[in-house]
Amino acid sequence: MTDILSSLLIVAGLFFFLAGSIGLLRFPDLYSRLHALTKADNLGLGLLIAGLAIHAQDLFTALKLLLIWLAVLAASATSAHLIARHARRQETGP
Amino acid sequence: MNTASLIVFDGLLLISIVSLAWAALATTDARRSVILFMAFGLLLAVAWARLLAPDVALAEAAIGAGLSGALLLAATNDHSRQPATAQTETTRTEPDRRVGMAIQWTVTLLCAALAVALAWALAYAFDSTAKDTLARAVSAHLDVSGVSNPVTAVLLNFRAYDTLLELAVLLTAVLGIFALGPARADYQEAGPIFDGLTHWLVPVLILMAGYLLWVGAHAPGGAFQAGATLAAAGIVLRLAGRHHFGLPAGSTLRITLAVGVGMFLLVGLALLAVGRPFLGYPTAWAGILILLIESAAMLAIAATLVSAFVGGRPNPIAINTGEKP
Amino acid sequence: MLTTQWLYALSGCVLIALGLRSALLHRSLLQRVLAINVMGSGVFMLLIAIAYRGPTLSPDPVPHALVLTGIVVAVSATALALALARRLSTERNDE
Repeated sequence: MTDILSSLLIVAGLFFFLAGSIGLLRFPDLYSRLHALTKADNLGLGLLIAGLAIHAQDLFTALKLLLIWLAVLAASATSAHLIARHARRQETGP
Repeated sequence: MNTASLIVFDGLLLISIVSLAWAALATTDARRSVILFMAFGLLLAVAWARLLAPDVALAEAAIGAGLSGALLLAATNDHSRQPATAQTETTRTEPDRRVGMAIQWTVTLLCAALAVALAWALAYAFDSTAKDTLARAVSAHLDVSGVSNPVTAVLLNFRAYDTLLELAVLLTAVLGIFALGPARADYQEAGPIFDGLTHWLVPVLILMAGYLLWVGAHAPGGAFQAGATLAAAGIVLRLAGRHHFGLPAGSTLRITLAVGVGMFLLVGLALLAVGRPFLGYPTAWAGILILLIESAAMLAIAATLVSAFVGGRPNPIAINTGEKP
Repeated sequence: MLTTQWLYALSGCVLIALGLRSALLHRSLLQRVLAINVMGSGVFMLLIAIAYRGPTLSPDPVPHALVLTGIVVAVSATALALALARRLSTERNDE
C-alpha cells in the first residue's frame, strides 16, 4: 500500500519536473522560463520528497528530506528573483 | 531493482555527463561553460552516489560543483569587466591556418589514442583479479581506528600523513593567492529578499557543517564536507554584501588558515613526546583526537575556500568585528 | 569484472581525453582551467569505478579517500590558477 502511494507521488513529481524542463526549453523569454522552472520544479520536488519520506526508515530521515525541500524552495525563489531583477534592470538601463 | 534497468540508468547518466563535459569545453562563452561545468559536477555527484561512494558524492556536490562553480563564476565576472583584448584574434594567413588545423587534428588523435591506451591498461588491471589487500587491511583494523566510517578512518588515521600534507597544500595555495594581489571589490548590499534568505540560510549552513563534522565518524561526512558547507555560509554572506562577516580579520584569519596544519602537527608531536609514533594514536584516544583534528581542519578549509573566493590579500584597512564565518 | 565498472571506467577515459584535448587547444585561460578540472573528474571516475564491488559488497574505501583528497586539492589548485590568471590579465592591461 505504502509502495503504491509513494510510487504515485514520485511519478507525479517526475511529471512536474518534465513539464518544468519542457517549459525551460520551449518558452520564449527569460521571465516565462523562470516561471516554468521554479514553479513546476518546486512542486515536483515536493511530491518527490513526499514519496521518498513515506519510504524513510524513521522520522529523522523524513525531517531531513523536508529540510532539503524547504532549502530548495527558498533558494530557488531567491535566485529566480535575483535573475529576474537583474534582467529587468538591464532592460530598462541603470 | 533489476540489472537491465540499472544499466539503462547508468548509460543515460554517463551520456549526460560526457555530453555536458563536451558542451562545457566546446562553447566559447566563458559564463555558459562555467554553468555547464556546474551541472556536470552535480551529475558526477549522482554517479558517485550510484557507485556507493556517498562521502565522495557529498564532497563533489559541495566542492566540485558548488565552490568551484562560485570561484569560476567570480573569475568570469572579472573577465567581463575588463576590455576584451585576448579575444580579438588577428586575421591569419592561409598557411598559418593550415598549421593550426594540423595541430588541432594531431592533438585530437593523440588524446583519442590516450583514451584507448587507458582503457586497454584498465582491461589488464581488471583481469589480474584485484586482491583487495588494502580494503581488507582497512576493514581488519577499523575497530582500532576510533571511527566506524572506513573513509574517515583512512583519511584521518591510516593515511593521516596524506591528509596533513593535503592541508599543507591548501595553506600553500591560499598563501599564493594572497601573494598575487589584493582582494576583489566587495559586492553591493543585498536587497530585502536575498537578505532575508541569508538570515536563516547561514545559521542552517553552520549547523549543517557541525552535523557533518560530527556524523563523519560513523556515516558519510567529515571535515572536508563540513568545511565546504561552512565556506558556503561565508560565500553567501559575502555575496549579500556583508563583507565584515564572511571571514575573520587580521591575525585571527591567519591563525584560522593555519590551524588545520597546526593542530595536526601539535597532535603528532604530542604523541611523539609520549613515546608513540608520529600520528600513531592510542586506540582509546583515537576518536577524540580525530575529532579535534577534524574540527581544526574544518575551520582551516572553510577559511581557505572563502579566501580563495575573495581572490586575494584581504584589505588591511577594513577593520571588522572579527566574526567567524 | 562488472559491466557497471566498465561503463564508468570507460567514461572516465573519455573525460580524461576530452579534458586533455581542450587543455591543450583552448586559448582562454579560464577554459583551460576548466578543462583540467574535467580531466581530474575523469581520473576520479576511474578510481571510483575501480573501488566499486557490485551492489551487495561494500566498496574499497581507499580510492574513496584518495578521490576526496583529490577533490579538495583540485579546488585549491583551481583557485590558485584563477588568481594567477587574474594577475596576468591585470599585468597585460597595464602595458
